[in-house]
Amino acid sequence: MKKYSVPALLTTFALCTVVAAYFEIIDLYVQTIIMFIGVNIILSSSFNIINGYMGEFACGHAGFMAVGAYVTSILNVMFFTSSKTFGDPIFSPELALWFFPVTMIIGGVAAAITGLLVAIPSFKTRDDYLAIITLAANFIIVSLFINMDSLGGARGFMGMKQIVFAMEDVAFLPWMLIWTFVFTYFVVFLIRRFVSSTYGKGIIAIHQDEIAAEIMSVNTNKMKLVAFMFSSGLAGIAGGLFAHILGYINPNSFNILKSTECLVMVYLGGMGSLSGSIIAAILFTLLIEMLRFIIPAADTLIHLIPLVPDTFHLSQVLKWVIIPLILVILMQFRPEGIMGNRELSDFFPKLKKYYEFK
Amino acid sequence: MALLKIEGLSQMFGGLTAVSDFKTEFQGNELMGLIGPNGAGKTTVFNIVSGFYKPTQGQIIFKDRAINGLKPHKVTGMGVARTFQNIRLWHDMSLLDNILISQHYNLGYNLFDLFTRNKRYIENEKRMKHIAMQLLEQLDLIQFIDERPKNLPYGIQRKIEIARALSVKPSLLLLDEPAAGLNSSDIQDLIKLIRWIHKEFDIAIWMIEHQMAVVMSLCSWIQVIDFGKTIAQGTPEEIQSNPAVIKAYLGDDKI
Repeated sequence: MKKYSVPALLTTFALCTVVAAYFEIIDLYVQTIIMFIGVNIILSSSFNIINGYMGEFACGHAGFMAVGAYVTSILNVMFFTSSKTFGDPIFSPELALWFFPVTMIIGGVAAAITGLLVAIPSFKTRDDYLAIITLAANFIIVSLFINMDSLGGARGFMGMKQIVFAMEDVAFLPWMLIWTFVFTYFVVFLIRRFVSSTYGKGIIAIHQDEIAAEIMSVNTNKMKLVAFMFSSGLAGIAGGLFAHILGYINPNSFNILKSTECLVMVYLGGMGSLSGSIIAAILFTLLIEMLRFIIPAADTLIHLIPLVPDTFHLSQVLKWVIIPLILVILMQFRPEGIMGNRELSDFFPKLKKYYEFK
Repeated sequence: MALLKIEGLSQMFGGLTAVSDFKTEFQGNELMGLIGPNGAGKTTVFNIVSGFYKPTQGQIIFKDRAINGLKPHKVTGMGVARTFQNIRLWHDMSLLDNILISQHYNLGYNLFDLFTRNKRYIENEKRMKHIAMQLLEQLDLIQFIDERPKNLPYGIQRKIEIARALSVKPSLLLLDEPAAGLNSSDIQDLIKLIRWIHKEFDIAIWMIEHQMAVVMSLCSWIQVIDFGKTIAQGTPEEIQSNPAVIKAYLGDDKI
């Protein structure tokens, strides 16, 4: 009973949401927010492997997300839709539904291989220097996609909506919502298994004392390779989902701002806490969506008091003031984040009676 | 056949010769001491043997295999464990995890087994946990199993570090100043502990130590180095009366 409580709860939640979406009880906007929460959970929990559990400071997570997004989108568009770039579909569009997980995994693998770009330098560099390398990797990847005119260049790549329509033709269900649930659960489940094993704890050992880890038979180079590739592979999966939820991708949506979002989520949740990452991803996504309403409301409010000139308006760009500000405030007042490096069950030991999450 | 044989070992850092023409040999389960004044190159020798430095010259043969130039984790996997002068535990992990992670040299499963949680994974995790529990039981540390080392007293931390080194089932244990920072009653416990480990696990122990009480009462053979060169070796009694050693530690009587 204890063993099945968490899967049962999650399945019930997913089913309820899907049913509600199917009968249009929740509208597309709410559905999109739920899907973005899923994507952000994948992003923050996978980024937590590097920045939390392994204690390195990487800041180019969005680059790997871009690789996953592009690879998955290109494969799907090439195989299952007729597009200007790739011509007629190679396979029948009905197959898109069945091959969607496969192309997602391929996108993840491609992102994992790109992860070598930072994994190999990480053997010899660390701290600030590694941060610079990861930043550079992010820029390299983004400018690569910007300069690939065949993929739309800076205008972006589209056609993923056709895939979603093709899936809906097979069975009319909110497919992207279903896939988001499936992949989010899958990723969290994988990370949980990884970090709770003796093998995965090797990366925590690297965080706490790399020399001790090396002397106590942990192959630190291999562990770093595994950690970076695992993390960037999962970011690739998040990218694939992101591309298909939006139906359109643009290289600039994977730039340093997106990486900053990932950083904020990880540090908000707590380094080395999986439940912290999940909580932070949910809070953060909701906050961003709330700002969408709060900023115009604040704008009207300040114009009620005739202190500011009429030409002055608060714009949505303010979001990019508020997000880094959260990071600054967080580092100042609670550097360990919401959860520190503890899990939910460490805070509420009574919960252990009701669930076992492995 | 010797367990460990070091011949003509030299280590240069730029123009500085930290160790020169160092040699030693372990037959099986000796308890040897390596002493010398500060900066003599004792820790450098340990760093070379455990794989942190690649020696400029010389051969290190461990169990009939040359280990100079191997990565530290490989050397440890072959059966050379060590502790550090300043305690290097994973301070924010439970004691059990500290011991478990040292089992990385024979995990017995791969990433695929890990993600699928198959029989091989479960059995190996169980086996490693069993080894760890057994060791903690033997060393009387079982009551601290869920504690984080940073919350434990210094003497216990020293003991945990030795326990962690023992968990890789070494045939040679290198102790780098195990008594550093301990008070006199802790030192008596440590002497007992090391003697007991030596007997119980039947392993070779090589220790660097500044506390003469520890070295003289434990070691059967002592090697003294100064400025990277071996100046004397012999039994504790011989070392205590050796004029070269007295000169290295206390200086000449000429002023």
